[in-house]
Amino acid sequence: MNFDKELDARGLNCPLPILRAKKSLNDMQSGQVLKIVATDPGSVKDFAAWSKSTGNEIVEQSQDGSVFRFVLRKK
Amino acid sequence: MTLVAEQATAETVKPATDPMPVPDHEHEAPPRDILIIDYSGELEKTWATMILASTAGAMGAKTSVFVTFWGLQNFVKDERRITGQNWMQKMMSFMQRPGISHRKLSKMNFFGMGPWMMGKLAKQYNVASPKELLEAAQLMGVEFIPCQMTMDMFGLTRDDLIDGMGEPVGAATVIGMMQDGSSPLFI
Repeated sequence: MNFDKELDARGLNCPLPILRAKKSLNDMQSGQVLKIVATDPGSVKDFAAWSKSTGNEIVEQSQDGSVFRFVLRKK
Repeated sequence: MTLVAEQATAETVKPATDPMPVPDHEHEAPPRDILIIDYSGELEKTWATMILASTAGAMGAKTSVFVTFWGLQNFVKDERRITGQNWMQKMMSFMQRPGISHRKLSKMNFFGMGPWMMGKLAKQYNVASPKELLEAAQLMGVEFIPCQMTMDMFGLTRDDLIDGMGEPVGAATVIGMMQDGSSPLFI
């Protein structure tokens, strides 16, 4: 899937992946797509809760070993 | 025997990346405002306050942190050594150095050895420091509101406190915010 911006949150611990994601979205347009790569296992549930709270939709999500990939569309 | 063979085949054709189900992003009710009462001055509790405040801000909730009693010591500028107007207030700031970078642990402090090790471990595991989280929270629009009574009692001025804090208020404002439906949290 195509994306407009990529955020490398590998190695970052709670709550930094969420804070960095929010920061990345700040300078993006509505409808643009952000790809996030993270290694924090808690980020799976955290991004789900964050998506629900902010309305930014997770359009794709996958796991490759200990690396999680999220693709989300800005509300 | 066949079962083992089948499993082995399944293992080999498994794609390198596992797609995961996408979570639902529609929420049922509008998110509630968050009100954190930052009462404690210890390092570990200050950390918890800053993690929750910055995250609440990132989640788009209108977030306020009422800063009172020992908690207000976190919001004195790091470089201020002695604060207060009279000798007792000055003595208190001497006995417990104010500023978010000078917090002590409630246990295992060991003359500063505990906080130093916590700081080292946090860096090693990419955990943001309370100061970094505080700055992030302020950027996310979290409002930190000082307690007027605590300022008076400790002899603190607006100039002693970090930039960007809200107007000092009292208990009635905080109770009012709870009555208006903010989710309260006392740390």
